[in-house]
Amino acid sequence: MVTYIFRRLVTAALILLGASYFVYLLTAASGDPLEEFRANPTPQKQQLMDARTELLQLDTPAPLRYFKWFGGAVQCLVPFANSCDLGKNIAGQPITDALGNALVQTLTLVTAATVLAILIGITLGIITALRQYSTLDYGVTFMAFLFFSLPIFWVAVLLKEFGAIGFNNFLRNPEVPLPVALGIGVVVGAVTAVALGGPMRRRLLAGAVVFAFVAAVLIYFSATEWFKTPGLGPVLIAIAGVGIAFAVTLLSAGLKNRKALQSALIAVGVGVVLYFLLQPLLNEATFLMIVVLSVAFVLIGAGIGYLVGGYDRGQSMRAAGITSFLVGVLILLDRYMQAWPTYFNNSRVRGRPIATIGASTPNIEGDFWVLGLDSFTHLILPTLALILISLASYTRFTRASMLEIMNMDYIRTARAKGLSERTVIMRHAFRNALIPIATIVAFDIGALIGGAVITETVFSVRGMGFLFLDGIAHVDPNPVMGVFICVAITAMVFNLIADLAYSALDPRVRVKA
Amino acid sequence: MAEDEASRISAAAGIEPVLEAKGLSQGQIVRKRFLGHSGAIIGLVVFSFIFILAFTSVGYLGIPGWWKYTHEEVSPLVNGGAPTSSLWPLAWGEHPFGQDRIGRDVFAMTMRGAQQSITIMIVIGLIAGLIGVVVGAISGYFRGWSEAILMRLTDVIIIIPALLLAAVMAQLAGRRDQGSWFASFASTNGVLALGIFLGLISWVALARLMRGEFLSLREREFVDAARISGASNARIIFKHILPNAVGVLIVNVTLTMSAAILTETALSYLGVGVKAPDTSLGLLISQNQQAFATRPWLFWFPGMFIVLICLSINFIGDGLRDAFDPRQKKFNAKKAKDHGDPAVQAGAGTGLDASAPKDPRDDGPADGTRGQ
Repeated sequence: MVTYIFRRLVTAALILLGASYFVYLLTAASGDPLEEFRANPTPQKQQLMDARTELLQLDTPAPLRYFKWFGGAVQCLVPFANSCDLGKNIAGQPITDALGNALVQTLTLVTAATVLAILIGITLGIITALRQYSTLDYGVTFMAFLFFSLPIFWVAVLLKEFGAIGFNNFLRNPEVPLPVALGIGVVVGAVTAVALGGPMRRRLLAGAVVFAFVAAVLIYFSATEWFKTPGLGPVLIAIAGVGIAFAVTLLSAGLKNRKALQSALIAVGVGVVLYFLLQPLLNEATFLMIVVLSVAFVLIGAGIGYLVGGYDRGQSMRAAGITSFLVGVLILLDRYMQAWPTYFNNSRVRGRPIATIGASTPNIEGDFWVLGLDSFTHLILPTLALILISLASYTRFTRASMLEIMNMDYIRTARAKGLSERTVIMRHAFRNALIPIATIVAFDIGALIGGAVITETVFSVRGMGFLFLDGIAHVDPNPVMGVFICVAITAMVFNLIADLAYSALDPRVRVKA
Repeated sequence: MAEDEASRISAAAGIEPVLEAKGLSQGQIVRKRFLGHSGAIIGLVVFSFIFILAFTSVGYLGIPGWWKYTHEEVSPLVNGGAPTSSLWPLAWGEHPFGQDRIGRDVFAMTMRGAQQSITIMIVIGLIAGLIGVVVGAISGYFRGWSEAILMRLTDVIIIIPALLLAAVMAQLAGRRDQGSWFASFASTNGVLALGIFLGLISWVALARLMRGEFLSLREREFVDAARISGASNARIIFKHILPNAVGVLIVNVTLTMSAAILTETALSYLGVGVKAPDTSLGLLISQNQQAFATRPWLFWFPGMFIVLICLSINFIGDGLRDAFDPRQKKFNAKKAKDHGDPAVQAGAGTGLDASAPKDPRDDGPADGTRGQ
């Protein structure tokens, strides 16, 4: 095992060496960094050219200049020496600083999108596998292919037009006309009827109920101008919490486990009490406090599960812990909604909250919640675009993997033992179907750092992709190399992790020593 | 009929028996399965339609087309440049997709862009397929040092960003004054050069797949048999192994091609792919995205064509995958329910009379369709 990892790392280092030399030469050969000065008629032309030659060491030919760069880059490997030198970009800024900033921007952009795409994709994949060849399956399959075929810049422009400009216009006067409310209700109801399984009667009934509910909610929202002053309130949190408790228990322990259901419901009750207690505290929120609180919520839930106990204490703890965490998320959401009017009327926002470019409103001032909302409104469109694009592969892959597992003999055995369908799917099928997906996820996380070059360009986020493109445009090898090295190292490390994870998760696969 | 019934029982309920393969050659089975895949057939029809429309309407390689405008021709604005086609009453009009700001016909531009995108896609598919097969076959069949070198080369190429290579190529092609053969070729055949270039870097995934196929196929008995009867390496590779790997190859070339369309449009969008005055679907969108509020048709039609081409290729690829995959059990939940009854009854008749189930849906098929 150790030999295997060592061998892989040595190979990776050699590949990286070769590829980086190649990339350096390519970037250097791609153009003339002095071009903008050559046509410059000013008298300091020679001075400017000399300055840049000095800065980028242009007097050394590129094949040798690489080794100068390499000499600096190698120092990054010395731990704690703080002598990392990746050179400077064309403006004289050290690459290490520029990379740090870009990395933060990129990660804030892609993290939420990737996590959401994985969660939604896997869920959809499993549901479609369980309802193979149903209307839902065909619909999702078609959608997956459609999203897979969409050019992201096209989607981004559409989102900007309808998601930002259209929605902002709507917010100016948030009234949902009656026909629109009914229309949305019909669509959501129809989707529900299609998505549900079972006899036609039951589906139609469920569709009708959902239609009535959605239409009523929209009319209510419109009448009370909810979109201007949104909020959940304790009553709604309690109702939604009970729903969450039932759903979580159904999935994690089964509704027959009464103790688990009890502990989940108690967790909801405690959450609603905490809602009132936490309000003054949340007014002075910091990021650290939110993290501490979310951990506390999970622990409280697990504690309730432990106290309630039952024949399987672990199940109760799990159900209550997850429920409690989700209720905590609801409370957080409610607090953000409370801050919405402040944000909406902020002098920098001026009533047009959904932004089309950038990562934050310039010079915005406000408390934790307003700043958080500002990030959300800037991130929502790129995140949506990225989710749409990357959803398809997860859905298809999970579906294929799940279908293969569901045809395995041990699934039949599990059924034959008399296990409930929930146990068969959640314990036997789902976990095994996740093994191949884990490797895909590892690959994708490795590629995450590279950022979404096009998404960053369209939404003007100054992340890794922007740094890279900018370097190429100015024939500046140092930023290009900086981005390339980061991306290549993470990609290789995560490839290794994917291989190791596969052999750890699936004992049939052994790594070669 | 009796045989029919028996094989249905022996196959697990819901999984179609292998009757469809009876007396047919491999090629016939694949063709039959492919033709039975409605998504793939629709994809094929749509793609053929777009292909014919694009290549006949505005002409190709100097051959004039039937459409009255070309993508560079400027004509007076009709109706403010808005599209003249309408669904009801069905009419084509003077400029069915509208005109841009200076009066060029958007239909002609879109068709020209579709031509370029399809050309690039096919060039990429051919080149990537060819190199991928050669590299994969050599490294998978001969192994040893040739495998080591080729696979390390693949590793190097796979981590070099395509964007950088495209940018370098665009820069080199842009220097017309320097007079190298490459620059002169690239400046006259920009689209072809881009396609060749992208093909030269997108073979890596295919090569890995083909290597895997060759690695497993070369250990099979029929390869040993061929070798013992004195077949040369070339004969074994081309006559014995490659036909068995062709399914994987075709499917993945198709998928590479659908990804290639998106790569080309993305590169053109970023300004390093196809360049003006020539046009491609990605470039059209890039040029017109600012005009979305005033002239949305400049933006809708090229985008729709990208989506349609890519979608139809993806569906064709999916159909091919289903057709070529021999392990694929065609599993049908509806049939499971229909056939579950006789199958279970017959199975019960063999000695479990008492426990014949009343409702086959309760415990018949082990099909995974009954999850809540």
